Amino acid sequence: MPSRGTDEWRPCTMAIEVRIPTILRTYTDGARSVEGSGDTLRALLSDIESRHPGIQERIVDDAGLRRFVNVYLNDEDVRFLDGIETSLSDGDVVTVLPAVAGG
Amino acid sequence: MRYDSLLESVGRTPLVGLPRLSPSPDVRLWAKLEDRNPTGSVKDRAALRMVEVAEAEGLLRPGCTILEPTSGNTGISLAMAARLKGYRLVCVMPENTSIERRQLLRMWGAEIVSSPAAGGSNEAVRVAKQLAEDHPDWVMLYQYGNPANAEAHYATTGPEILEDLPTLTHFVAGLGTTGTLMGTGRYLRERVPGVEIIAAEPRYGEVVYGLRNIDEGFVPELYDASVLTTRYSVGPRDAIRRTRQLLEEEGIFAGISTGAILHAALGIAARVVKDGGRADIAFVVCDGGWKYLSTGAYEGTLDDAEDSIEGSLWA
Repeated sequence: MPSRGTDEWRPCTMAIEVRIPTILRTYTDGARSVEGSGDTLRALLSDIESRHPGIQERIVDDAGLRRFVNVYLNDEDVRFLDGIETSLSDGDVVTVLPAVAGG
Repeated sequence: MRYDSLLESVGRTPLVGLPRLSPSPDVRLWAKLEDRNPTGSVKDRAALRMVEVAEAEGLLRPGCTILEPTSGNTGISLAMAARLKGYRLVCVMPENTSIERRQLLRMWGAEIVSSPAAGGSNEAVRVAKQLAEDHPDWVMLYQYGNPANAEAHYATTGPEILEDLPTLTHFVAGLGTTGTLMGTGRYLRERVPGVEIIAAEPRYGEVVYGLRNIDEGFVPELYDASVLTTRYSVGPRDAIRRTRQLLEEEGIFAGISTGAILHAALGIAARVVKDGGRADIAFVVCDGGWKYLSTGAYEGTLDDAEDSIEGSLWA
């Protein structure tokens, strides 16, 4: 895993780690996580879409987050924050996971 | 306490304070010991209620076959109830569940149909729905969508906690079928102004999320997000670390999913301390650690333990 904050050549805006589920790694050349930037989740997804075309519409649709996709900001479900308008900061970790059953 | 039969003894579990893990006298943690139920888990409440409601509705008659997709505890509870009431039980269970769960199910006389590890409980649900189509005379109680699951907690878990802890401010439980959180959460919201209902959701290894398509994900029909204040995803490392901490500091030997719940509860406690508030945080101990000893979660380094439960359905 690339260590954040130690690579002086990485542009300082690329500071949010996005963890990608297996099922969406076809869009990231198999990478488990990618980095992106954005003040909000919406902006972040748009930013990673520019390097990984097609990934955005697998996570969001016109109504917001897709029904069977969960997105967590530092382990908290963004649906209980501000959804795709949730504010992000440098060093945040965003995790994308399909919804699964428990029990 | 005296009961006429084992089935009568479900519920009325102890709520115990955690003096060492509570950060201050103003911010206290309380554990609801659901491992003290007849088959050792919180699922006895929902399972028994689902059976009783199905009986009352005439769906279940003597000699019937019950079918249920379950990663373990619900199946074990149903197996006990089915044995005492004379039903046959067929459980659909992902193959990546602990050996103890399978042994217990067989002991109580349940038949097990295995579903593929990839996809976890989603696959078990899919296989069970197929079996239900093939066997229209079988009764699938379907814990993910059966209102009796949440009602059991509305009728029992919620009232018990509030009676024991009238100053409660937060309730934290695991998110699986969502029954515990929906039922207890609704009850508490109706009676405790400002109460916070927090879900701790296990984050499994990758194989469990191995769906063919992201639109094949699963949200239980019982789930109503408006009951929750928030929802945290907790990975295996934090879950194991907290499970061990609960044993080391408070002497409570719990299963791994309880560690995930405790992790969320401690996070909330720390936040309340930082904000200078007071809190009485009740959380659910779903089951004891007995069924998970073979997973390796209780011994060795955290790294080894994390590796050994990778890919299993630990909650």
